[in-house]
Amino acid sequence: MKRRNFTKLTAGLSLAASLFGTSAMAQDDMRIALVVKALGIGFFEAAAEGAKEAAEELGGVGIIYTGPTDTTAEGQIEVINSLIAQGVDAIAVSSNDTDALVPTLQKAMQRGITVISWDSGVAPEGRQVHLNPSSNPLIGNMIIKLAADHLPDGGDVAVLSATTTSTNQNIWIEEMTKVMGDYPGINVVATVYGDDLADKSYREATGLMQSYPDLDAIIAPTSVGIVAAAQAVADAGKIGEVNVTGLGLPSEMAGAIESGASKSFAIWNPIDLGYSATYIAHALASGAAAAEPGAEISIGRVGTITLDDTNSAAMADPFVYDASNIEQFKSIF
Amino acid sequence: MLKRLITSREALLIGAIVLLLVLISTRFPGFVRPANLANVFNDTSPLILLAIGQMIVILTKCIDLSVAANLALTGMVVSMVNVAAPGLPMAVILAVAIGLGALLGMFNGILVWKLQIPPIVVTLGTMTIFRGTIFLLSDGKWVNSHEMSPAFKALPRTDFLSLPVLSWMAIIAVILFTIVMTRTTLGRAFYAAGGNPHAATYAGINVGKTQFWAFTISGALAGLTGYLWVSRFAVAYVDIAGGFELDVVAACVIGGVSIMGGIGTVAGALLGALFLGIIKNALPVVDISPFWQLAISGGAIIIAVALNAQANREKGRIILKRAEHAT
Repeated sequence: MKRRNFTKLTAGLSLAASLFGTSAMAQDDMRIALVVKALGIGFFEAAAEGAKEAAEELGGVGIIYTGPTDTTAEGQIEVINSLIAQGVDAIAVSSNDTDALVPTLQKAMQRGITVISWDSGVAPEGRQVHLNPSSNPLIGNMIIKLAADHLPDGGDVAVLSATTTSTNQNIWIEEMTKVMGDYPGINVVATVYGDDLADKSYREATGLMQSYPDLDAIIAPTSVGIVAAAQAVADAGKIGEVNVTGLGLPSEMAGAIESGASKSFAIWNPIDLGYSATYIAHALASGAAAAEPGAEISIGRVGTITLDDTNSAAMADPFVYDASNIEQFKSIF
Repeated sequence: MLKRLITSREALLIGAIVLLLVLISTRFPGFVRPANLANVFNDTSPLILLAIGQMIVILTKCIDLSVAANLALTGMVVSMVNVAAPGLPMAVILAVAIGLGALLGMFNGILVWKLQIPPIVVTLGTMTIFRGTIFLLSDGKWVNSHEMSPAFKALPRTDFLSLPVLSWMAIIAVILFTIVMTRTTLGRAFYAAGGNPHAATYAGINVGKTQFWAFTISGALAGLTGYLWVSRFAVAYVDIAGGFELDVVAACVIGGVSIMGGIGTVAGALLGALFLGIIKNALPVVDISPFWQLAISGGAIIIAVALNAQANREKGRIILKRAEHAT
């Protein structure tokens, strides 16, 4: 009887493995699904690495790394529905839309699945905990600080954002505006939108340099925009005059740091982010921690987070990358 | 004769472009400096190259929605080739880009020609297949500027007679395809196959085969543009040029290429692309709220298409009336 069950189980598991491309090793494995905005983005690939690292440390945890092929809420809903059907233990999602995912995620929670959001959050009713990579005020402060650090005598800066409706970027720019008083002499002359398309961002950056010939820095808090802006500055022959900074990935920005188009930029560590999200999902799904305001959850080597009134928490400060450490990080993510 | 020239599609578009430039210069005088106009032309070159290919496909009553995906796939392949073998001469890279692009175009062409699947379905399918293939090839990773060889990035930017090579590629393509479309049997066959497929068949033209060649040319141009694109923006990833196929079709339609086939010129496609390119480059500098920019781009396209539909309808009526009288 026992033997027959085992054979059945193995058959079932290999079927599951062939269907979902993930390896479930034993029956009591906890399966945590990491749902990202879209597959094929370096940042999320790095987060998946971190999640796998956490899974190994925790033991008995299988990671399902998945997401739609384009950054749409519809695509994520389909993915989440299929995860509910598979009966995973926890879903950790970086959402494409704050509200659109809520009904689907509520359905998941009703089925006893632990739901947390990370990076880009969903509304509080659609998740148990939200993990911010950093706090929005810290990021808003960091992006202007990056520009101001290289402008001791003040100067004109412009912001190149993603789309006009990108939640993340809009909040960061808002927070940045709040702390502008701490940086006397720094003027934000314009905010433009490159829609996270390389060609449009390039064109917007070129337009900025034409409209504001005295521009000193372009702040691009988006990974596509910062790379395109750096290329536009290099092509316009304005390296040294216009400093491109903001948020980007070391591997993608290595060329810009090397050419001098960008002096420094910041990003949290996506590896740590995926790692921490996995720790939180595991703690909640196993019952080791409860999702309530004030709760403290250990996130392994990264430290401990404390949940605030909306059950969200900040992981850490953004990390600054420049010529001194880019070589070390460009091969990581 | 003069009246026909003035009321021609191309003349109207030139007029519209001049008017557009005047309007822009009232808000941002620097835009019409020759150096800036050269930059705008350079920025529009990829669109011009793709619009020429698309025009030929549309002439034969087909449509190629896979151009942007073809561009992205070819761009990814050549940049991966460059990373694997940085010493490879640029001529080889260009040959790989054009060759691979042409092959992908042939794949579309074969499906349309031999299996008679509607082109919109074929290219919608291959569009997704190409994007998926990039994903498989790259594992979703980016090829970044520091991984590309200096020569790979330098070619489109190299100045030749004070214009970058990227611009020259577009100029050469315009001249080459003007000759092909007006002076060669294949060029005339494209018009015949789309203008009246039945008559073309009776005249001994293989319509399916002509469509196949149209897709091949469109693919080859998309492949070439793929290299130019990744080199210009110094980055290759799955989503590059996402949605660009719509810009390409819009450029053709604005340029007076009839979506019903058989009507269109290289000059029209060039002007249509320039019209869109000028709007795209002007919007960032004329200080219009970004919230309005998309609406303005869309509005310009609809106005152009409305004009186009008007012009084409008149033409159709006249021909029908003559046919009525004759019988």
